[in-house]
Amino acid sequence: MIDVLYFAWVRERIGLPRERVETSAPTVSALVDELRAREARYEAAFADTSALKVALDQELAEWDAPLDGVREVAFFPPMTGG
Amino acid sequence: MVRDVRVQAETFDPGAELAAFDAGGGGAVVSFTGVVRDVAGGLLRMEIEHYPGMTESAIAAIRDEAATRFSLTGARVIHRHGSLAPGEVIMMVLTAAPHRADAFAGAEFLMDYLKSRAPFWKKEVTADGAAWVAAKDADEDALSRW
Repeated sequence: MIDVLYFAWVRERIGLPRERVETSAPTVSALVDELRAREARYEAAFADTSALKVALDQELAEWDAPLDGVREVAFFPPMTGG
Repeated sequence: MVRDVRVQAETFDPGAELAAFDAGGGGAVVSFTGVVRDVAGGLLRMEIEHYPGMTESAIAAIRDEAATRFSLTGARVIHRHGSLAPGEVIMMVLTAAPHRADAFAGAEFLMDYLKSRAPFWKKEVTADGAAWVAAKDADEDALSRW
């Protein structure tokens, strides 16, 4: 089980801020493929992953990063702080 | 080295923060205050979402990098989240260094990295509806100068 968090418009498109996901996906990309296959709202959120960023255990990561040992995955658009 | 990060919903008084800032023996103190501005007209609120936990650690990492690069004797970041009205303070950066060039550069470095590496997302609410603020290429490009 892995905690998956969504922020900003990713959260709005999927319709929830976080969920527990049962997965054996080896990488972030594989997890995204699993989520996209679920329902249209996930497909809408992940249609263009070049517009998204991912963090593993609260550190920015790449799409091909392994999920082994990861407890928390977060998906969000590019940050707009400051 | 005085280091501090605060992420909060409450407003704060930039003048009081500046007055209370411990320069850690540095002779130059620089402060930057960000205020909600109404770019297109008609802004009712600016809603700022963040990622609790990662926000604090990401800012602390950026601050530590700034402190090392510019030999800062003090560095403080305050950033708000929640629903803000035009004119309200959003954030403040304070830096101190032995000389002004490093204090200015440290503050600019912090601002550039906070914009695109700290997990905050701004949403503008107007009478016509709400829209997420898109990240600017210029913000990403600004990092390349460091």
